Amino acid sequence: MSTTTLETPKKTVHLESATVRFCGDSGDGMQLAGTQLTTTSAIVGNDVATFPDFPAEIRAPRGTLAGVSGFQIHFAAKEIFTPGDEVDALVAMNPAALKTNIDALIPGGLLIVNTEAFDKKGLEQAHFASNPLEDGSLDQKYKVIKVDMTKITREAVAALGLSQKEADRCRNFFAMGLVFWLYDRPLDPTLRYIEDKFGKRPDIAEANRKALNAGYNYGETTEAMAVKYIVDSAHLPPGTYRSIVGNTATALGLVAASKLSGHDVFYGTYPITPASDILHELARFKNYRVMTFQAEDEIAAITSSIGASFAGKMGVTGSSGPGIALKGEAMGLAVMLELPLLVINVQRGGPSTGLPTKTEQADLLQAMCGRNGECPMPVVAAQSPVDCFYIVLEAWKIATRYMTPVIILTDGYLANGSEPWKIPDVSELETIEVKHPGPSVNGEPFMPYARDERLARPWALPGTPGLTHRVGGLEKQNITGNVNYEAQNHQQMVDLRAKKVADIAKELPPQTVEGPDRGQLLVLSWGGTYGACRTAARNLIAQGKSVAHAHLRYLNPMPANLGDLLTRYDHVLIPELNKGQLRLLIRGTYLVDAKGFNKVQGKPFTVSELMTEFNKYLN
Amino acid sequence: MSTDALPALPVLKATDFASDQDVRWCPGCGDYSILAQMKKMLPSLGIPPHKIVFVSGIGCSSRFPYYMSTYGVHSIHGRAPAVATGVKVANPELSVWVITGDGDALSIGGNHLLHAIRRNLDMNIVLFNNQIYGLTKGQYSPTSPLGKVTKSTPFGSVDNPLSPLSVAIGAEATFVARSIDVHIKHLGDVLHRAAEHRGTSFVEVYQNCNIFNDKAFEYLTDRDTKADATLEVEHGKPMIFGKNRDKGIRLNGITPEVVELGKGISEDDLLFHDEQLEEPTLAYLLSRMRHPEFPVPIGVLRSVERPIFEERLHAQIADAVKKRGEGDLNELFQAGETWVVK
Repeated sequence: MSTTTLETPKKTVHLESATVRFCGDSGDGMQLAGTQLTTTSAIVGNDVATFPDFPAEIRAPRGTLAGVSGFQIHFAAKEIFTPGDEVDALVAMNPAALKTNIDALIPGGLLIVNTEAFDKKGLEQAHFASNPLEDGSLDQKYKVIKVDMTKITREAVAALGLSQKEADRCRNFFAMGLVFWLYDRPLDPTLRYIEDKFGKRPDIAEANRKALNAGYNYGETTEAMAVKYIVDSAHLPPGTYRSIVGNTATALGLVAASKLSGHDVFYGTYPITPASDILHELARFKNYRVMTFQAEDEIAAITSSIGASFAGKMGVTGSSGPGIALKGEAMGLAVMLELPLLVINVQRGGPSTGLPTKTEQADLLQAMCGRNGECPMPVVAAQSPVDCFYIVLEAWKIATRYMTPVIILTDGYLANGSEPWKIPDVSELETIEVKHPGPSVNGEPFMPYARDERLARPWALPGTPGLTHRVGGLEKQNITGNVNYEAQNHQQMVDLRAKKVADIAKELPPQTVEGPDRGQLLVLSWGGTYGACRTAARNLIAQGKSVAHAHLRYLNPMPANLGDLLTRYDHVLIPELNKGQLRLLIRGTYLVDAKGFNKVQGKPFTVSELMTEFNKYLN
Repeated sequence: MSTDALPALPVLKATDFASDQDVRWCPGCGDYSILAQMKKMLPSLGIPPHKIVFVSGIGCSSRFPYYMSTYGVHSIHGRAPAVATGVKVANPELSVWVITGDGDALSIGGNHLLHAIRRNLDMNIVLFNNQIYGLTKGQYSPTSPLGKVTKSTPFGSVDNPLSPLSVAIGAEATFVARSIDVHIKHLGDVLHRAAEHRGTSFVEVYQNCNIFNDKAFEYLTDRDTKADATLEVEHGKPMIFGKNRDKGIRLNGITPEVVELGKGISEDDLLFHDEQLEEPTLAYLLSRMRHPEFPVPIGVLRSVERPIFEERLHAQIADAVKKRGEGDLNELFQAGETWVVK
């Protein structure tokens, strides 16, 4: 290394928060770099929120714009809800990554580039006419740190006798080391990770350690980096924490709901982005008696789950929009059979195949209406990665208590984004009580469609003497469950199924708001936009603006007090990552002139764009 | 739920398996006979009705579960094998039957049929093949012969039919059999064999739709022609057929041919049936034999033992519980890097 050691220690600056993005080729290990910085930041006590952004292609041609993969981390000394609008530091491993990500960097921000990748071929693949590192275009706007990461990494691992390809694969650890120095992060968690992951290949493990240290030392010694930043711990509530992404939280929620209700999970599914990780997680939990079934298609995934529910297990199916479309007819069957079932939709950009790896919340109307006939299903939506855990517990409680399939909406942003999770005390989680009728005594005929006070029918399990019964998609006679085509019976059954779902509202917690309980503007949101909406609203409330924020977790039915709430503000604004689906429901249900703020770019809202929009309704 | 505490069930009769619902198939439909044989056969298994589940899709045949006193699911078109898979995996103690038709199983539900068979769950699939769509009033089906004139093919069908048994064998079926609705003893025996098979048993039943495709199998049921048109295969026996038991099937190279016994051809020259062969070649060859070039084979074409899906699935779970202990939520939540905020 040719840098000069500074005589004086470097200046340190305390920050309330920082946002960093790693970007590079799909094969550059950027997701790993991001994950390590996340874990490390969480361990030092920051609040964190992350946003991975990767292409739909597994390995697009190396160095191309299509192949760029990124991972953004926001870490703070205060409570935060979003991965950050813009980034303070951008690490770009090649020209394509620079080109596709530079707009996210704040003016004056720190740009760290791997100069080695800026050769003729790399520049051509990124469609740069001239080398932006040399033409001065970047230096005017940003603080540019030019590092030949490839060369330094190769030198650092030279003694280990790795192939050049293997040596180059350690570059992401160099980048991590450099960023860890910049934000004063400890290396231990990453060193533990290396030991865990590469323990069986001591040479590779050692190379990664060396690259990590080389990056850290580079920061320490280079003149180009004169300041190191310190982000203190946040004052999070006391407890034991872990970092968790939404899909993992969903999987853990399923296992927890299974244990809390005494019903083993049967997860029938078909691989689809971005829902597959739920399967990958659950498939590992065999000693929790989780049955995972990779079905031949989406329809088999849900119908096998219905079969499992009929036989007394916790039937669950998970997918994304296109798969949910295929499950529509079977969801109708589950409504008719009045069996508990969870249908998880990890939403992605649509229509059709759309944007598989990007986020959107455009499947709300599909969830509400996407079946033939009058076919009401409860719909709930997670608001954050951690909330994926809790929403599953609630959904399973509703499903079993009311004997109904329930749709859970999450999205790609929640599924792959992470935040710290204050691990709950298992003994404090609510038990989910589920009843099954016992064997019939004295030959009393069993009535499979008799109802309790919640209008739920009995969940009688095959194998129970005296309770044999037949269910099916044909209209049921009330109480007996026999096939029936009579006019009045159909009216009654359609009404009963609708009332059963509508009455769930009686047992839902009332809708709360953050901010004044009446005023100029109510921001009403649902799903994964919670963090950005809450942050924007809080910022404006802090400025003394008359704005409140209500976030819906229950979409069908909606909380009983919502209609009243909507009348207490001059304006109701509904920001959504769709063309106005909740707005349509709200206007239709409550006759409120709700306005929309809608974006469909495969990206979450930024706080600043929301604040700008909210301000239009405020004085 | 355990039934051990209950008094021993009395010996069951066919009527113990009948539900209180009126059977609504057309008078004269072949389905009545299959229903009767099923009800007659079930008591011989010693399984009480509450431990049996019939699962069906959509179509005339799929009304079957409503007429049984067992548990039942009349599901959606083509999906019965998938629903049944969920039932069986969820509770392997249950005896699970899929009732389906040629349209339900081979057209809209073809995918599920393939995969249920290849997984080899311990369940039974009975396909009522009437070579027509009955419930939608008479369109041709995937088993209707080429040129078949129906409501949807007034100029004759231009679709090639497929053989359900060939499909099942191609999907690695471990038990493949065929019977005919009106051959009541044979049908009862085949259903019994299917029930006793460990693994997925696939039974095709030729079934007459007297409304939309009457007499499609007359050559197999008519007193004058049936003996010459039917080859009843039996394990270990030579393939002989004909009213006078004077015809047989011989292999010429890898092609079967019909030969007359006598005139220098003895039983020993004929193909001998072996339902337990490792390779399904013989069963496949039989599944390809069609009238009128060949007699139609009925009976058990193939019956072999293979590992069973739900047993393997539950063995993995049992093994994980044994090695790692019963899953503990605290341990699950605390996995990976954790930290404490004070």
